[in-house]
Amino acid sequence: MTMTSTQTPAVFGLRNVSKSFPGVKALKEVTLEVREHEVVGLIGENGAGKSTLLKILSGVQRPDTGDVVLRDQPVSFGGVADAVREGVAMVYQEQSLLPNVTVAENVLLGNEGDAVRGGVYRWGALRERAQRYLDVVGTGLDAGATTESLPFAQRQMVEVAKALASGERTHHEPVILLDEPTSVLEHDEIEKLFEIVRELRQRASVVFVSHRMNEVLAVCDRVYVMRDGAVVAERNPKTVAEHELYELMVGEDRAEGFYHEEGQVDPQPQTRLEISELSGGHFHDVSLSVAKGEVVALMGVQESGREDLGRALFGALPLRSGTITLDGAPLRFGMPTQAVRDGIGYIPSERKIDGAVLGMSVNDNMTLAHPDQVSRGPFIDPVKERSTVRDWLDRLKVKTPSAATLMRTLSGGNQQKVVLAKWLLDPDLRLLVLDTPTRGLDIGAKADVYRLIRELAAKGLSVLLIADTLDEGIAMSHRVITMKDGRITGEFASHPGNRPDKTDVLARMV
Amino acid sequence: MSAAPTTTTPAPAKPQSHRLHDLVHAEKVPVPALAVLILITLVMLLVNPSFLSLGNLSTLAVQSAVPVVLAVGLTFVVLMGGIDLSLEGVMAASGMATAVLLLNDRNGFDLGLWAVAVAVAVGAALGALSGFSVAFLRVPSFIVTIGTWQIGLGIALLLFAGKPPRIQDAGFLRLAVNPVFGLPLLVWTAVAVVLIGAWIQHYSRFGRYVMVVGGGEDIARLSGIPVRRIRVYGFIVSGFCAGLAGALATARTGVGDVGIGTGQLFITIAGVVIGGTVLTGGRGGVLHSVVGVIVMVALANGMVLAGVSSFIQQAVLGAIVVAAAVTTMWRLRARLRVVK
Repeated sequence: MTMTSTQTPAVFGLRNVSKSFPGVKALKEVTLEVREHEVVGLIGENGAGKSTLLKILSGVQRPDTGDVVLRDQPVSFGGVADAVREGVAMVYQEQSLLPNVTVAENVLLGNEGDAVRGGVYRWGALRERAQRYLDVVGTGLDAGATTESLPFAQRQMVEVAKALASGERTHHEPVILLDEPTSVLEHDEIEKLFEIVRELRQRASVVFVSHRMNEVLAVCDRVYVMRDGAVVAERNPKTVAEHELYELMVGEDRAEGFYHEEGQVDPQPQTRLEISELSGGHFHDVSLSVAKGEVVALMGVQESGREDLGRALFGALPLRSGTITLDGAPLRFGMPTQAVRDGIGYIPSERKIDGAVLGMSVNDNMTLAHPDQVSRGPFIDPVKERSTVRDWLDRLKVKTPSAATLMRTLSGGNQQKVVLAKWLLDPDLRLLVLDTPTRGLDIGAKADVYRLIRELAAKGLSVLLIADTLDEGIAMSHRVITMKDGRITGEFASHPGNRPDKTDVLARMV
Repeated sequence: MSAAPTTTTPAPAKPQSHRLHDLVHAEKVPVPALAVLILITLVMLLVNPSFLSLGNLSTLAVQSAVPVVLAVGLTFVVLMGGIDLSLEGVMAASGMATAVLLLNDRNGFDLGLWAVAVAVAVGAALGALSGFSVAFLRVPSFIVTIGTWQIGLGIALLLFAGKPPRIQDAGFLRLAVNPVFGLPLLVWTAVAVVLIGAWIQHYSRFGRYVMVVGGGEDIARLSGIPVRRIRVYGFIVSGFCAGLAGALATARTGVGDVGIGTGQLFITIAGVVIGGTVLTGGRGGVLHSVVGVIVMVALANGMVLAGVSSFIQQAVLGAIVVAAAVTTMWRLRARLRVVK
């Protein structure tokens, strides 16, 4: 770790960069630099300006004022291609690989060099060159494979290889921007990625953006903290205390009452949901019940069957056998439409794919599942719609310029609130199935979602929570149910002041 | 450029079954469409054994030639998620251009094979018009190519001028009749177009970038690929093929005819889809489309042989297209299934 002590020269950065979008000042006078052989961390809440900053660094957008500085020279990237030509390459959070072509083509896309001569592909040379980069980032990646045949984690490695390949177009050391690179990875794969990042440091500068504090601390040499579009601090992860970073990010100490534990109210005696010997998808013989106003956390590792169970309850996955009753009435649905009619809401984990229609307005997303709530007879009543949507935007404190704003432009936390409101519109909502509702949200938005869950449960809504982390599941629930390999393996009561032990719960999961 | 296979390291040999599996899953070969074709063949053999007679196979080949040429071009547009509905109009314009420029009974032109070159150029120009409008003026290809279709018909009508030109160039007319290695030159032209098309798709930068644009336009743009130019090229290729198809079809009739392309659009688009070239782009390919078109032609031909009443043939063909499309795209159902 001698690299941090001897300061290497800056190769890339921003000088007094500001950027505005209609209604929002996304970046305010941001100055930062990336030095040679350095991994720079970038943390901040959603909406703090990280994505805008990355877009400017990678050439997607231009700053309104201020400069992008490359090797002490102000540069103006006209587009991503310009940035790539200068050796600045981005690994996107959403996978940016083409599923329908080979891995080799993806790695060298737009950068085929002499593997294409006179417009003609030399497949052998192309594969060989791509394979060199693939071998740097991981073993067992085949340049000739069709990209969609690879598991997600391997595709992430291919992304890194692609960035590496495009970064080496210049004779300077490349700058590689990693945007939430771990969000789709499993634990082992994250470790592997860290190794790659450390390895990359020998030959490149890296900007690492992540929601997960421990990752930033583990892998970065220097950390910039962003809040409200400005860089508020620069810290050395070796010496900084984790809670200090949290405080810098939120601007106040919000860790107190993060889970709103004081808001937990005992469930009512009536049984709301009763599942008996249910089988389907990846789960078998599952029996459980949820009382009115109760929050039950389903814990388990990937492939434990808990996600499938959530989907099946919403009718989105066929059942093999078993019965479900809701408030004593047997349910026999196999379709989400029926589940919606029965007062069941479902928030999928893939918010941007399954949860929200990004190309539609906030208004339309909210009224999507229950248009009857804003209708008079068969027609939408615009006055009623406007007031209902306004009402929910206020109640959930959604930050949006207007109800007509496109969902795409909202930050993750605000999108998730709109998705929640979609179900809450229904006054007869009885059961809410939440599949990792806080994944990818910043801690401020997380706290808001937790507070909302507490309030809803106190009012009698039953919640089945497929929690993102152990802490979240244990702190948020009245009961924790663990699943492993598709079967229920344990059940723990959970009260404020008397929460089950994390290791006990974990032991039933793995 | 001499071949220098010095650095190519051979891939480790895979077990045979694995390779077969790869082949099916990589969608390099239109397996479902081939299966449908075999099924049709078997059914036809039961109904009328003469389906597989040499005479009928030759007829099939001649009937397939024109829509196959159309399909090769259309595939490049569809692979990028577009559609070219102008095929019939382009055929009309290019067919009529061929007829009036060859030795004919209307005017003094006698350009010989140059007439075909002009016809193809007319097609490519119309394709360029479509492509430019789609890529640079941002008009959906669906509506643009309906326009180009009418422009093509308009050009044909102008050249037609009320009296059908009768072609008297014997060499050109032989194209559709005189067999070379057992089949008319018309068929061999189509075969050549297919081979060149498949080569372009697999080995040329344009062909690979077509797949890239179809797989994800945003990603392509972010990688610095000239997406708009590739789109224009796609429509030019489609127009080029439609132009050639117009000339070939005219060789079969021997007369300049504004309606030369009538019915081809249905056969071609249905064939492309049945073959497994997905309309949203990125999947399928030239060979897929060609097999799909042959399925369509075989169906139409088979119904005649089976003695299906000519009044209901059209409806039956339509129904079979729907059924076949469902069958061949069954595997895609799971992939497209979205749970909301």
